[in-house]
Amino acid sequence: MIETVVFDALRAAIGPTAAAYALLAIGLNIHFGYTGLLNFGQVGFMLVGGYGLAIPVAVYGQPLWVGLLSGLAAAVVLALLLGAPTLRLRADYLAITTIAAAEILRFLSRNSTSEDVTGGVYGLRQFAGEFYAVSPFPGDRYLGALAFSGNRMWAMTVGWGVAVLLSIAVHRLMRSPWGRVLRSIREDEDAARSLGKNVFLYKMQSLILGGVLGGIGGMVFVLSLQTIQPDMFLPQVTFFAFTMVILGGTATAVGPLAGTVLFWFLITGLQSGVRTVVESGVIPGVSAGQAVGATTLIVVGALLMALMVFRPQGILGDREELRLDVR
Amino acid sequence: MSADAHVPAGSGRTIGPLAGVAREPGVAKPDPVLVVDGLRRSFGGVTAVDVAHLEIQRGLITGLIGPNGAGKTTLFNLLTGFDTPDAGTWSFDGEPLGSTSAYAVARRGMVRTFQLTKALSRMTVLENLMLGGAGQAGERLSLALLAPAWRREEAALRERAEELLVRFKLDHMRDQFAGTLSGGQRKLLEMARALMVEPSLVMLDEPMAGVNPALTQSLLGHVKDLRDREGRTVVFVEHDMDVVFDISDWVVCLAEGRVIAEGPPESIGSDEAVIDAYLGASHGRDRPPRKRPPHERGTA
Ligand SMILES: Nc1ncnc2c1ncn2[C@@H]1O[C@H](COP(=O)(O)OP(=O)(O)OP(=O)(O)O)[C@@H](O)[C@H]1O
Ligand SMILES: [Mg+2]
Repeated sequence: MIETVVFDALRAAIGPTAAAYALLAIGLNIHFGYTGLLNFGQVGFMLVGGYGLAIPVAVYGQPLWVGLLSGLAAAVVLALLLGAPTLRLRADYLAITTIAAAEILRFLSRNSTSEDVTGGVYGLRQFAGEFYAVSPFPGDRYLGALAFSGNRMWAMTVGWGVAVLLSIAVHRLMRSPWGRVLRSIREDEDAARSLGKNVFLYKMQSLILGGVLGGIGGMVFVLSLQTIQPDMFLPQVTFFAFTMVILGGTATAVGPLAGTVLFWFLITGLQSGVRTVVESGVIPGVSAGQAVGATTLIVVGALLMALMVFRPQGILGDREELRLDVR
Repeated sequence: MSADAHVPAGSGRTIGPLAGVAREPGVAKPDPVLVVDGLRRSFGGVTAVDVAHLEIQRGLITGLIGPNGAGKTTLFNLLTGFDTPDAGTWSFDGEPLGSTSAYAVARRGMVRTFQLTKALSRMTVLENLMLGGAGQAGERLSLALLAPAWRREEAALRERAEELLVRFKLDHMRDQFAGTLSGGQRKLLEMARALMVEPSLVMLDEPMAGVNPALTQSLLGHVKDLRDREGRTVVFVEHDMDVVFDISDWVVCLAEGRVIAEGPPESIGSDEAVIDAYLGASHGRDRPPRKRPPHERGTA
């Protein structure tokens, strides 16, 4: 029984969904960890990335590369639209705008009037064919007891490959003089301005870059599931991604990756454990579905609180560094 | 600090270009780098700045004095684009500057420091300084991943930063987070960082406040070097009149937002308007600007 739980947890921790979330987290880390931007609507970037890919391919019969480009472009456009009016204002304005925009996008894609394009609540399918056609994993069982299908194996390889490459690129960016300016903006915008740095431009670049990472996360996500529906993009996705960043260590290179793997391992292990217990009928009158959903949210909340109290710097962060910003 | 260590007031003064200039508020100077006209800023009912006309001579050290709340910091904020005036124009190096954003003002060569220091806490002291480098190719996103394109420039920048750290006695803190610095060290960091931009006009808002007297002397030497060796213009706000006497070539006194007196430091202390302004608001650390005799020096 323990074995089932551990395998479930491992399967989720290294699976393609986790890779998609890792990309969201890397993007959020650029915003929140390095630039100090509060983006509470990262899921909105994920959504436009996903639909940006799915719509041209599934609805208009375009090849996959058109979908990929359009997903990236959609994320850039969203960043420009959100950033232009808010990045000159106080940090809270971006936070409010992003969270609202992400919800508006979800409602718009659910709306019956946009059904022709987005498929409404049913969403879209059949946009991933080309992606799986080039899969080098023809078999149907990989990784032994984890039992990954060939398709899952392919989505995982691509997803984590992209996530690792991009996190190396982000790491190098942050150690460049460009990254130094970004970090100075996180510390004190006015100081950066007084030294001749165009703070608005840097914030916009950061928002676009992190948003594009969210968009790529969305593409990996929908390709791995081979379907896209509006309700995959609930606000809590952003907060899960925040939890992953903080869990791993804000403003660290490996933090978002480690945080994501750990998060999925813990959450899925827990869900699997609860399901196993409930299904064994020990607790009468509780259905597995109810128990699992509620437990997840409770545990994420508790995890986040415990982190903030006992290890605010995350598993990889530097405690000394964190202590400084209270001054 | 002992009395015999003090530098006689007026040493190294370059009053030359301003020798024949009248000692009256708003007087024209032979070669002004900064010209301010009709600048006004009020907060609610308080008129913080109301400067009819002011010129700052190029290549000299101008001291800006005035009681607490006189509007010195607000004037700095306006001139450097950190605040927007209700009315007024000003030009720097012959080019109008109104409505230029703060970063663009700094790029033109007019760089200020803050009275309340802005150390970049979670960056090292060295990184703080290196941020001051202007026109760095590596600060462009398009080149940031191409280390060979900026590695040399970065090494040169680092070298310049390390030199300044030594000058400002911060080299032992090089790799510490700036957030661990003391108040006085932050003042030093702030000034050194501004100098990294290599501005033609430096505006220092109380650069010596909280810096220990021995170090003050050496900092004053650096400020004079900015003028004498590097040909920069310096405007600084200072409450310590010894410092003002020691290094300024010209002093401007502000009270309730207005320029009430201007002149060489020797004459400003005896100016009726200045004495009134200080006595009228003689609380806190304000005192009439008189030059203390040597035995009192260094106790500020
Ligand atoms: N942001 C603000 N909001 C409201 N009032 C302000 C603001 N900034 C400055 N003031 C007011 O403007 C006046 C001038 O303030 P300022 O900070 O320029 O004085 P200062 O000459 O720099 O004084 P000090 O020597 O104490 O630093 C003060 O009366 C102050 O209360
Ligand atoms: Mg002030």
